Amino acid sequence: MTAAATLPPALPGLDPAWSRLVRVHDAVLGREVVHHVLDTEGALVAAGAEPVGTILAVHGNPTWSYLWRALADESIERARAGAPAWRVVAVDQLEMGWSERTDAVRRVADRVRDLGALTEALGLEGPVVALGHDWGGVIVSGWALEHPDLLAGLVLTNTAVDGHAALPAALKAALAASSVGTEHTTAFLDTTLAIAHPRLDPAVRRAFRSPYRGAARRQGIREFVADIPSTDAHPSREAVDRIAAGLAALAAPALLLWGPRDPVFQERYLHDLMRRLPHAAVHRFEGAGHLLPEDADVAGAVLDWVVAPTPARSAPGAVVPAVETRAMWAELDARADDDAPALVELHGDDTRTISWRLLARRVHELAAGLHAIGVQRGDRVSLLVPPGADLTAALYACLRIGAVVVVADAGLGVQGLTRAVKGARPSWIIGIPTALAAARSLGWPGTRIAPTGLSRLARAALGVEHTLPELARLGSGRALPPEPAPETLAAVLFTSGSTGPAKGVRYTHARLAGVRDALVAQYGIDRGTGLVAGFAPFALLGPTLGCRTAVPDMDVTRPATLTAAGLARAVAAIDADAVFLSPAALTNVLATDPDPAEFDGVRLLLTVGAPVAAPLLDRAQEVLRNASLRTPYGMTETLLVADVTREAIHEAGEGDGVCVGPPTARAQVRIAPLDDDGRPGAATTTDADVTGEIQVHAPHMLAGYDRLWRTDAAAKAGTPHEEWHRTGDVGHLDAQGRLWVEGRLPHVVTTADGVVTPVGVELAAQRAGASRAAAVGVGPRGTQQLVVIVEGQAGPLADPALAAAVRLEVDRPVAAVLAVPELPTDIRHNAKIDRARMARWATGVLEGGPVTTP
Amino acid sequence: MSRVLVTGASGWLGAAVARDLVAAGYEVRTLQRRPSGVDGAEDVLGSVMERSSVERAVEGVEGVVHLAAKVSFAGDEADFVAVNIEGTRALVRAAKRAGARRFVFVSSPSVAHTGAAIMGEDAPPAQPERAHGAYARTKAAAELVALGADAPGFAVVAVRPHIVWGPGDPQLVARIQERAAAGRLPLVGSGAALVDSTYLDDAVSGIRAALDAADRVHGNAYVLTSGEPRPIAELIGGFCAAAGIAPPARRVPAGAAKAAGSVVEAVWRVRPGQDEPPMTRFLAEQLSTAHWFDLRRTRRDLGWRPEVGVTEGLRRLAEHHAAG
Repeated sequence: MTAAATLPPALPGLDPAWSRLVRVHDAVLGREVVHHVLDTEGALVAAGAEPVGTILAVHGNPTWSYLWRALADESIERARAGAPAWRVVAVDQLEMGWSERTDAVRRVADRVRDLGALTEALGLEGPVVALGHDWGGVIVSGWALEHPDLLAGLVLTNTAVDGHAALPAALKAALAASSVGTEHTTAFLDTTLAIAHPRLDPAVRRAFRSPYRGAARRQGIREFVADIPSTDAHPSREAVDRIAAGLAALAAPALLLWGPRDPVFQERYLHDLMRRLPHAAVHRFEGAGHLLPEDADVAGAVLDWVVAPTPARSAPGAVVPAVETRAMWAELDARADDDAPALVELHGDDTRTISWRLLARRVHELAAGLHAIGVQRGDRVSLLVPPGADLTAALYACLRIGAVVVVADAGLGVQGLTRAVKGARPSWIIGIPTALAAARSLGWPGTRIAPTGLSRLARAALGVEHTLPELARLGSGRALPPEPAPETLAAVLFTSGSTGPAKGVRYTHARLAGVRDALVAQYGIDRGTGLVAGFAPFALLGPTLGCRTAVPDMDVTRPATLTAAGLARAVAAIDADAVFLSPAALTNVLATDPDPAEFDGVRLLLTVGAPVAAPLLDRAQEVLRNASLRTPYGMTETLLVADVTREAIHEAGEGDGVCVGPPTARAQVRIAPLDDDGRPGAATTTDADVTGEIQVHAPHMLAGYDRLWRTDAAAKAGTPHEEWHRTGDVGHLDAQGRLWVEGRLPHVVTTADGVVTPVGVELAAQRAGASRAAAVGVGPRGTQQLVVIVEGQAGPLADPALAAAVRLEVDRPVAAVLAVPELPTDIRHNAKIDRARMARWATGVLEGGPVTTP
Repeated sequence: MSRVLVTGASGWLGAAVARDLVAAGYEVRTLQRRPSGVDGAEDVLGSVMERSSVERAVEGVEGVVHLAAKVSFAGDEADFVAVNIEGTRALVRAAKRAGARRFVFVSSPSVAHTGAAIMGEDAPPAQPERAHGAYARTKAAAELVALGADAPGFAVVAVRPHIVWGPGDPQLVARIQERAAAGRLPLVGSGAALVDSTYLDDAVSGIRAALDAADRVHGNAYVLTSGEPRPIAELIGGFCAAAGIAPPARRVPAGAAKAAGSVVEAVWRVRPGQDEPPMTRFLAEQLSTAHWFDLRRTRRDLGWRPEVGVTEGLRRLAEHHAAG
């Protein structure tokens, strides 16, 4: 069937002024055909804005330019607000959307040519950022390769150019159904529209369907599916392969935006694109799926990027300035002949001691073994092994050969871990059987390696291909590959995810070594130190610090399982003088009848991972009589920002927040003051008593977030030469230069009388008698009411006496004092209260709704 | 100082407003059926529905504060229309004709209340067609009448004080205390619904601020509260505690209250001597859903802020009771 191009009817979110019909000479038919396109040029000119460039947006199958309506709208909004104006040209491909139905079969190569003819007809001049979704990504990539003079950048979302990979099941189904699925019924269309997260508004779904009413109008959908090169003999195979090869040489800046919940374009296609475009910025929108522009803020991401694109592909041989760094494994090399204990693991009554000589040899063998089975520099290796000798050896082996370790601890929960592992997409997983079983059943990627020998049956069941003992044998006597450079990626560490999905944090070798050097500088840990590491991340640093390390008997995912006896055994085993614990572990140690005499050798107790209350430290001091009790403040992104002693906490006294002490020797701290709306501005200060977002600059800070380009850009302050990390924490510096932490930025309460930060209020509630409390805001920003939720009562209203006491102690108006039996906290630390959840709960309760469990 | 007319000054709030204006140096005239009992005020006895008394009352006044209204949750709708709408229309006309320059219409947040929870909203336009109950409907229409008369040289401002209470309040506080003492006061729902209220002195200072700012802010409506919302159970409990009475312990589900009617109605009624009326949906909603407001515009435009608040107000209420 043929049909003329028409303008679309009135549809939600679509401004009729954007629509235009464009006549183009068609090479397939040898005559003029008509395209429908959305073009914001008129709207921009009307708004008095001069376009600085064009975003050429190409939809896939079976959508149409409607997919880009938010981009069109946002681009105009931003231009009106004074940002550089980017014109959006979103095409309806021929046979699709409201463009002409010509009855011709159009293959990839034809469609690339169609697009070129269209941009020529439009007279597009550079710069052009090419943007494509689904198979539109292939078409626009083809166009980009043919227009290098116009091209300023390439943005691809949920697409694929790797025609040789096995076709996704969902597409196979569409192919098998052929015309039944794609033309005569609307199944393909319906399925595509049904997988949006959250579900599409019915009016939007109708709008997507509107140009595809009647089988004849859907012919293009069928032909498009049929053009997927499913076999080597397929007529479009060569064209797609040429585009795929072209991308591997594309120099222009590139951005890959991805919805991981896509049954068609799964993550492996993202990784294929990342291999071809290693310079591309990547952002995975956790929770979003195939219809990414519907599920996530693609418009905002694209418009942010076009005004400040990430670097183009660097020329081969570009020199990265070398950083003077002592390698993480240098201490192991230096002590390869030392028989003193390096690691001691305690399990019940068992003690396993590993000397420096053994550890160094083990690391060397594993490194060589991993290299021998094909672990390449830059390969990602997920480590799902509890802290201990196996994890430590595997970690240093990976670092030595330049593999990137991915560390996500089990405290994230299975769901969080799955998200983390799938997001980081390791090529290899070293994991204990439970982790490997999860890897198998949940479809985690990566070749599986078990830390210990397994029965043949278990091995088959878990899909294990290697074990660490085998790798050590394999690596024995083999030479190691050259050492990785300090500025290359060494590790991806996951945050606890207490404020949204866990984020991967990137550390280079230099910055990881910086963490070690910061610990040495701040705490004087050296070869003479015996360290009990009851907090997993620090257990891993022992060998590079050069100190002997003991891992006490505990379930690391549940710190409260560490007992006084367990800690005493670990201290005795290595004659420890330093102990690192989480507050939850320390609490349990103090609650399980500790004998102070057993801890008299301990000179340093570091409580890490979560805020510590002074009373807990006071009780700890009664047990650890000779120890300096210190608490560093930091986060996965910068582990050591500030540090405070118990005495200094008392000296600081009460204040608005928790005093975390002065910045550590190597860290700089500054404050970005909050405005009345609770948002930090661009200005920063180190003046006393100004509340704002805490920013950090340190040699041991993160190198960036992993595959979260937008998050990364938003968390950066300062200049490219001196980058500062926006911590997302709120606090102030005092006149003595000490830092006080007042809460998390999104938890700041914005009342009509100014901003209120939660921690000071929560501490006041505790002084009033609450065991724990959450301070949250309810109501619209700027006119929120402060609400305190105390723990340990049935609720929803707190006992009147406690409510009155809380009001008295908190020095600002409290609208309501609510109560719950238990406040929700993060799994990893059992300490960070989920204030966002409590705010939602309090809002419902105070609205007069039913009283639910938070 | 200029002369101001206060209507409804025999009421508890009206009398307080009249006294405040006297204290501020205004020449105060009042209009109501019974003597106002306000020292220093000139009483005109009558009603806003009587043309002759209205004309006498507005003669020579520079400003009007109009509080007189039929306030009840039950009754014949025609009475509400006559007093609240037509009475306001007549007063506005007469005042304008007599050369008054400022007119403060004392309204109620219920004029814009459609039954849904209100959390931190400002004062949207009055909606007679959607307001719940005859009182709110007619007050809404009356507010539109008053604001509709705003014109150069005749500055009209509407203020909406929300749940006014304080020592000597014969309506809300006294009735709650009386019911609670008799063990006949249940709470509706969880009792956690967050509600704004206005301590008497805050309502009075807000009304005077509106009068003083009328030239600047005319044509607008402003919500007045003490700016310290409280869970409804806590507020009622506070009223009881001030009088040394045990707070209500019995609860009825919000749905049941809305559907079936309840003794709570009577507590909130302000028609003395009346038997217990049926629970209205409006009341159940008022007692079980949030209604607290964004005061920022009110504070900015009127140059006013609540000085007493709920916590201090409850302390003063207790002091009042202790003094007997």
